[in-house]
Amino acid sequence: MRTDNAAPASGLLPPAERRRATPATRIALTAAQQALIHAGLDPIQVPAVFASSSGNPDIIHDICAMLASGDYQISPTKFHNSVHNAASGYYSIAVGSHRAVTSLCALDGTATAALLEAAVQAIEADTPVLMVSYDLPYPFPLSEARPTVDAWALALVVAPATFERAITQLRLSDEGARDAVDTVLANPLLESIREGNPTARMLTLFAALAQSGASEVVLRQGNGRALRVSTVAC
Amino acid sequence: MHNGGCVKAASVAISAFTATTAVGRGHRALLDALKTRRSGLKRYKARSDFELDSAGPALDTWIGEVEGLQSITLPEQWARYDCRNNRLAWLGLQQDEFLTTARAAVERYGPARVAVIIGTSTSGIEQAERAYRERDAEGHLPQSFSYATTLNNFSAPALVAHAVGATGPTFAISTACSSSAKVFAAAARLMRAGWIDAAVVGGVDSLCMTTLCGFSALELLSRDPCRPYDAARSGISIGEGAGFALMEMRADAPVYLLGAGESSDAHHMSTPHPQGLGARLAMRGALSAAGLAPESIDYVNLHGTATRSNDSAEGRAVFDVLGSAASSSTKGWFGHLLGAAGIVESIVALLALENGFLPGTLNTTDVDPDCPNTVLLDNATCDISVALSNSFGFGGSNCSVVFGREPSAQSSLS
Repeated sequence: MRTDNAAPASGLLPPAERRRATPATRIALTAAQQALIHAGLDPIQVPAVFASSSGNPDIIHDICAMLASGDYQISPTKFHNSVHNAASGYYSIAVGSHRAVTSLCALDGTATAALLEAAVQAIEADTPVLMVSYDLPYPFPLSEARPTVDAWALALVVAPATFERAITQLRLSDEGARDAVDTVLANPLLESIREGNPTARMLTLFAALAQSGASEVVLRQGNGRALRVSTVAC
Repeated sequence: MHNGGCVKAASVAISAFTATTAVGRGHRALLDALKTRRSGLKRYKARSDFELDSAGPALDTWIGEVEGLQSITLPEQWARYDCRNNRLAWLGLQQDEFLTTARAAVERYGPARVAVIIGTSTSGIEQAERAYRERDAEGHLPQSFSYATTLNNFSAPALVAHAVGATGPTFAISTACSSSAKVFAAAARLMRAGWIDAAVVGGVDSLCMTTLCGFSALELLSRDPCRPYDAARSGISIGEGAGFALMEMRADAPVYLLGAGESSDAHHMSTPHPQGLGARLAMRGALSAAGLAPESIDYVNLHGTATRSNDSAEGRAVFDVLGSAASSSTKGWFGHLLGAAGIVESIVALLALENGFLPGTLNTTDVDPDCPNTVLLDNATCDISVALSNSFGFGGSNCSVVFGREPSAQSSLS
């Protein structure tokens, strides 16, 4: 899901939590809910892997700006929203899940790291795993140090091969070159978005899923190595 | 109700480890401080060593500061990683010959077969705090500010991966105070999936205004050195630290990862579930992963932050799941290390296993009667076989990790 302005309010959050939640949390939960519904899963049964390069960029900016101005009275809500796992925390509260949730970061390879972690969890625990990646732009002046295009959240449910509602089979391998080149999108506008937002880097995989044929996508990991993902329709 | 997500960790050996905190550099300094009951906590002063160029807030609290970070210089090729957090990571890597040992493992297995997974909560945010103070008249950050190699959570794992030469999966786990406990679970999964042969895991978090002022706002900072599980406890002392461990599949190591359990409270963003529901699920998940009965646990390194809510919830959960197992919180020595708490306290558990030494709970005199678990106040000497370490964080993120001197009875490399 892509949004240029305010992130949509997630239906997963009760009204009080929706007010406290940041735009990053809201967009992440909105994507999470769509994927869970699509997969027909009860969220309380599903471990979740959340991932973001920027986390809650507006909160990090607010806190740094306050501290620089000599105002040390950070509100408790602002502080708990500053943690990288704010979205996954709100998520587990919203759906009432006691299953494991984690929160990962690998700069431009963040979504790729989450895909690998979700796949390994799904195979080991023999269960569907929710993967959610989300990245919003930083406000000025951090926006100059880390330009980020638009606000994006993507969610997938990764499950063992036996999962009956599977739409595509994924095969992951890391046999690629050390300085991998990402698969690109043919549309120049979409490609500029893919390059400009860490979460949107996974759009090539989503394009392959949408085409539902056999294809192969190269996703760069944080350290520049290739994760090769081949897709075969189920 | 199901147990916490469990991670079977048979025969995952811990072949090297190191920790650097306010009590000193390396695990020998840590063990020595534990044995002699020498705390590294000191009273916080605005304009402290880590905040030389700013007045800072007038906080009445104690901190666990790692001395000498001002004079740590990163190697020239990684100079853009320079920030307090990465200086601490670099200093930590040098101790106990950890860097040499890790590089040898990378040589042995090949760079792509070694993962680097590092827990951190605030990464190099202290560098961003400085950059904001140095904005120009138009509000731009100084040119010298390097986002990717300081503020982003990936900066420490990237630096560690460069330093050891590993090119396997490299990422940060940032789940607040459970971050660097979860690294053991994530690395063990990748090992058992056959994706990697070894992993350098760790955690690093450093003092910054964000966490000091944030915990102050939550009224969770103690005015005295923290007193975990004391009836009169009044909050946390924030510390900083770096810890690392090398994980390999082998059967001739002194200590092993036996299992890990991960769970969520699903209760509140910054307050634990009052009955420690998530904590119970994490401990049961770790026991289940290790294939161990609760009576097998000889020692528990508690999360034991010294807040009213954590210790009472955790204490009940530990008693209900593990009965009268000996337990202690070592935060009175080095403070609450946040994203580095999991790894450093796991290392305390590993030291307990290797040395037959159980640390007590520093600064605590009267155990809260609301906490029914067996809290060791004094140090003890006792040969033990299995130890568990608890780490719980904001967002209700919980992780328990079990270590032992023998590979799991469920041992299987498949």
